[in-house]
Amino acid sequence: MRFSSWKVFTEGLSGNKGWSAHWRDAQPKSEYDYIIIGGGGHGLSTAYYLAKNHGITNVAVLEKGYLGGGNVGRNTTIVRANYFLQGNSEFYSHSLKLWETLEEDLNYNVMHSQRGLINLFHSDGQRDAFARRGNMMINQGDDAILLDREGVRKELPYLDFEQTRFPIYGGLFHKRGGTARHDAVAWGYARGASDRGVDLIQNCEVTGIDIVDGVVKGVQTTRGPIKGNKVAIIVAGRSGQVAAMAGRRLPIESHVLQAFVTEGLKPVIDHVISFGMGHFYMSQSDKGGLVFGGDLDFYASYASRGNLPMKEHVMEAGMTLMPMIGKAKVLRSWGGIMDMTPDGSPIIDKMEGIDGLYIDCGWNYGGFKAVPASGWCMAHLMATDTPHDVAAKYRLDRFRTGIGIMDEEGTGSQHNLH
Amino acid sequence: MRITCPLCGERDRREFYYVGDAVALERPDPDAGDVVWDDYVHNRDNPAGVTRDLWYHESGCAAWVVITRNTVTHEILSTELASKVKEAQS
Ligand SMILES: Cc1cc2nc3c(=O)[nH]c(=O)nc-3n(C[C@H](O)[C@H](O)[C@H](O)COP(=O)(O)OP(=O)(O)OC[C@H]3O[C@@H](n4cnc5c(N)ncnc54)[C@H](O)[C@@H]3O)c2cc1C
Ligand SMILES: [Zn+2]
Repeated sequence: MRFSSWKVFTEGLSGNKGWSAHWRDAQPKSEYDYIIIGGGGHGLSTAYYLAKNHGITNVAVLEKGYLGGGNVGRNTTIVRANYFLQGNSEFYSHSLKLWETLEEDLNYNVMHSQRGLINLFHSDGQRDAFARRGNMMINQGDDAILLDREGVRKELPYLDFEQTRFPIYGGLFHKRGGTARHDAVAWGYARGASDRGVDLIQNCEVTGIDIVDGVVKGVQTTRGPIKGNKVAIIVAGRSGQVAAMAGRRLPIESHVLQAFVTEGLKPVIDHVISFGMGHFYMSQSDKGGLVFGGDLDFYASYASRGNLPMKEHVMEAGMTLMPMIGKAKVLRSWGGIMDMTPDGSPIIDKMEGIDGLYIDCGWNYGGFKAVPASGWCMAHLMATDTPHDVAAKYRLDRFRTGIGIMDEEGTGSQHNLH
Repeated sequence: MRITCPLCGERDRREFYYVGDAVALERPDPDAGDVVWDDYVHNRDNPAGVTRDLWYHESGCAAWVVITRNTVTHEILSTELASKVKEAQS
């Protein structure tokens, strides 16, 4: 089934009875060439690009719950390419370019909306840092405009410009930044992979990884053993547990990140905005809900729900920046489990010492925008056994060697700092 | 989440600064080599369940506290002064 305006039109006339399931509900076979553990955004995009770019279709994606039930369906959907350091810069630039053609490529409406991202700054020092970041973005071939206070006022007239505590000095405007519909990204990749022959197997938890003499042989699952020549661990917040099945410890600590959404309101916030003096960022969904969040709760957690202090902080920061939102009622809040690395940058690598085992993890709180490029590069690595150029710096051993640490925030490469 | 400081009693979580896994109590020898140090500084068990981490009572008595808690339920199981734990180890 392909989506088209004609199809929508004719289905509208015939009671919408002609739509079919988006992907096959596959049953596990006893053996595959490639096994992907985890049916989140990254696992599904990896499967899709294995099939599309490399013609590898004897692939299974094993998901312990339902497809898209993890962080890919829990995030605040910001898509941007405003990174600073070599390594991150070229990777996220590549990802944004893939986003820009994703809908045609997948024949799926992922509602990618380049509504523009404005990161506000509130001091001379912050302005300098953003000017520098903007220059790095432009050098990478992406877009950045440094707005002064009046420039910000033109775009975001509703902010509290008059306050004395955190006056707004300006903002870094990344016009190609924006949002997308998170579930649709998972579904679009799932459909594309399934159509090309990939088996997507839900309710199938991996409970063990079979390794004989340093060579991966397959996995144990709640639906029986499955043999495979190449196995990829792509399980985000659960990376530590699954790596332990292969006897490995990872430079990952899992933390909870919260998000919030209000009742639906008329369109009022056109961009994605982030506050520079507190942990707060916001956009408005197409349904009208204000979608916002802040920082981690800042202690290791698998609870999928956060505590009150960060809620309070986020609300306070939001009210400081834009008091007009004070009357909106918060409908829901939730949390997702983030795979945090010491330097805040991800890992796409082979698992050294175990032939046929690969790892894609460490997406911290920014892995949604990375879904296309991560899948692209992970598929390349698995198919060719060489890293893709734009992901070559995402090495697992950078922590041991100290070479190529990518501490984007400049706070230090240590677990409690990102 | 409320945390019982062994010196100050039960306090709001915000008074404490989270440092991370209590590995700091088992610091390797300076010459232990890069693999051991990498393991100590970066690699983690990262359990879903009971864990033991190090917190600092920053807005209180400035004690270092070892907290045993559950990462799935956020339940705090016990708290001890890091100095006492260290003493018991040696
Ligand atoms: C509140 C919040 C806001 C965020 N906001 C943004 C944002 O604005 N922009 C952005 O770029 N990123 C954002 N992120 C981060 C982003 O969502 C994640 O980095 C990204 O989704 C992680 O990759 P994934 O999609 O593959 O993960 P997931 O969707 O979590 O996929 C992992 C899958 O692995 C499965 N799994 C785990 N263990 C096993 C097992 N043993 N066997 C089989 N399957 C298993 C899980 O069930 C899960 O479905 C946010 C995250 C949260 C929680
Ligand atoms: Zn105290």
